[in-house]
Amino acid sequence: MSEKIIEGLHEAVIYFDEEKAKKLAQEAVDMDLDPVIILEEGLAKALREVGDRFGTGEAFITELIAAAQTMEAGAEILNREIARQGATRKSTGRFLIGTVEGDIHSIGKNIVKTMLTAAGFEVIDIGTDVNTQTIVEKVREHHPHILGLSALMTTTMAKQREVIQELERTGLRDTVKVIVGGAPVTEAWVHEIGADACGLDAGSAVINALKLMEA
Amino acid sequence: MKFRLLNTEDRDAIHQASLQILENVGVKVNNDSALDLLKESGCTTDSDIVRIPPSLVQETIKKAPDTFQLHSRDGSRAYTIGDNKVIYNPGSAGIYFIDRKTHRMRRAVTADFVDLVRLTDALEYIHAQSTALVPADAPDAISDLYRLYIILTNSDKPIITGAFTKEGLIDMMHMLESVVGGSEELRKKPRAIFDCCPSSPLMWSDVTCQNLIDCALHGIPAEIIPAPQMGATSPVTIAGTLVEANAEFLSGAVISQLTQPGAPIVYGGSPSAFDMRHCTARLGAIEAIMAACASAEMGKYYKVPTHGYLGLSDSKAVDGQSSFESGAGILLASLTGVNVVSGPGMQASENCQSLEKLVIDNEYCGAAFRLARGIHIDDTALATDVISKVGPGGHFLAERHTRLNFRQERFIPSDVLDRLSPDAWERAGSHDSTYRAREKVDRILSEHQPSQLPVDAEKSLQGTLNGILKRHGIPTFTLPIL
Repeated sequence: MSEKIIEGLHEAVIYFDEEKAKKLAQEAVDMDLDPVIILEEGLAKALREVGDRFGTGEAFITELIAAAQTMEAGAEILNREIARQGATRKSTGRFLIGTVEGDIHSIGKNIVKTMLTAAGFEVIDIGTDVNTQTIVEKVREHHPHILGLSALMTTTMAKQREVIQELERTGLRDTVKVIVGGAPVTEAWVHEIGADACGLDAGSAVINALKLMEA
Repeated sequence: MKFRLLNTEDRDAIHQASLQILENVGVKVNNDSALDLLKESGCTTDSDIVRIPPSLVQETIKKAPDTFQLHSRDGSRAYTIGDNKVIYNPGSAGIYFIDRKTHRMRRAVTADFVDLVRLTDALEYIHAQSTALVPADAPDAISDLYRLYIILTNSDKPIITGAFTKEGLIDMMHMLESVVGGSEELRKKPRAIFDCCPSSPLMWSDVTCQNLIDCALHGIPAEIIPAPQMGATSPVTIAGTLVEANAEFLSGAVISQLTQPGAPIVYGGSPSAFDMRHCTARLGAIEAIMAACASAEMGKYYKVPTHGYLGLSDSKAVDGQSSFESGAGILLASLTGVNVVSGPGMQASENCQSLEKLVIDNEYCGAAFRLARGIHIDDTALATDVISKVGPGGHFLAERHTRLNFRQERFIPSDVLDRLSPDAWERAGSHDSTYRAREKVDRILSEHQPSQLPVDAEKSLQGTLNGILKRHGIPTFTLPIL
């Protein structure tokens, strides 16, 4: 039976069918199937496939986002059940993500967040327009393996540098890898501000995060 | 049609002026059958000058069909030639080729033409082949039909072509017949259009006139293509050039429709601006583009399908000039509704083909198809529902409306057109579009497999070609490819 649910969830993500994803996720819970396996094999795997197709140019960003939202719709139900059982998903790593101060853009951050979740990361989202002090406090609180800083505008990307400087000043820099992302970010910028990697699009953000975990 | 250079009064004026030229000046016809035919039908002749009465023109032009179907080699796909439908094909009969290694022009050889045909076969917005190069390594006596042989054995797209001799047209017709399974099938479903060009000003050579007559007799669509050089072989004014070219077309239409009423003909145009400094024929000149579009407007005035040499450039390199001249021609052809557009890939006027340029022009053709579709307005397109749903500060990326509509709303170019962020472009090697086009050419030529000619059709074609070669006394081993 779980085979059929997994197959159905996979299809729901591929065809962006949120209602179907919610319905099947609830069925899985009702039938007492292992929510961790259903989440991983049904939803996450399907989103990774769409992510790969985006990487090769076969799928477009609007489709990737739709697939991500479909996964989220189902995952919300499954995650509730996982929490209720006190179970945990095998984690690739803990990833703290937020958009820097002065910047209220969230589309890129959210898509990266879902892609990271699909890749097995435990993602903690601290939202948008987060000031440097708060970001550093959150790092101290959650001990993430990786900190992801998003900025869409050339006027706010300087805050990414400020966060890294503040991490250094407070002695936290060595405890966490930093990935910077957003439209204006380049590899040269990564070197300039002393970050560890960049996510130039949703696909490369995940690939680079996985690389940092191996390092 | 969304773009007009001539209003109805303008077109009436050009029509009347052309009638006057045909009646009072006449055309020189160096072909006996045509002379006899015209004389019988009430034209006055003075040696080889034929004066055509307006009534005969008015009466015969009405008999030409407003559209016809052009078919793929196997007859499975049909393309309407007429209405506002547009098909692009590489312009015809260049003798130079841009070498992809040296980036320089050199004489074209058979191997280049094979590459061009196979590339054209793979390009999604170039719907027809053309006998686009005259290979220097093929015997002159058969170089017209040898090009047709190369196309028939390397692609199944419909063909725009032409013959260099009287026999050439008949031989080429027999080759087509042997591939499609006989003369009836070819007459019913034409696979190729033949270009028949008057010589400006106001002349028909024996060969092209006979080609035109033979096309009419056998139901082969003929493109009548005046090629005036404005300021040299036609008046320097665009209007005067249109009058002259129109008279040339009409004289051809009369010959064709007297031979066989209802024979499919196309109103063609290959006007150029004769350069007063360098004495070259500029097909990329803005006046040449205007004249080609306006001449298609005259074709629509007579309700016949239209053709234009557009999408080509005078530049010898694939560069900014070639992009502007070709892009302008392709976009304006599309807005004018020129039915057969010959030019993508061509440069150095009509002398040279470049595969890189053909690949870039293919993108422009794709964009032109999108332009021709215009902006669609209905409730879905106006999108008030989704605007309301998203509201201030939201975004449209995740909306079903975006997903459902973007593929038809957008022309999605290939990677030949740079759409990368500056950083990603640098990481990809900082290349320009010509470089990327060259990569695409190499990739297509190594990967693309054109649909094979069925074995029996291939045998039959070889038989026909062998007969022709024998007649010319050309041993088969002298051909570069057979």
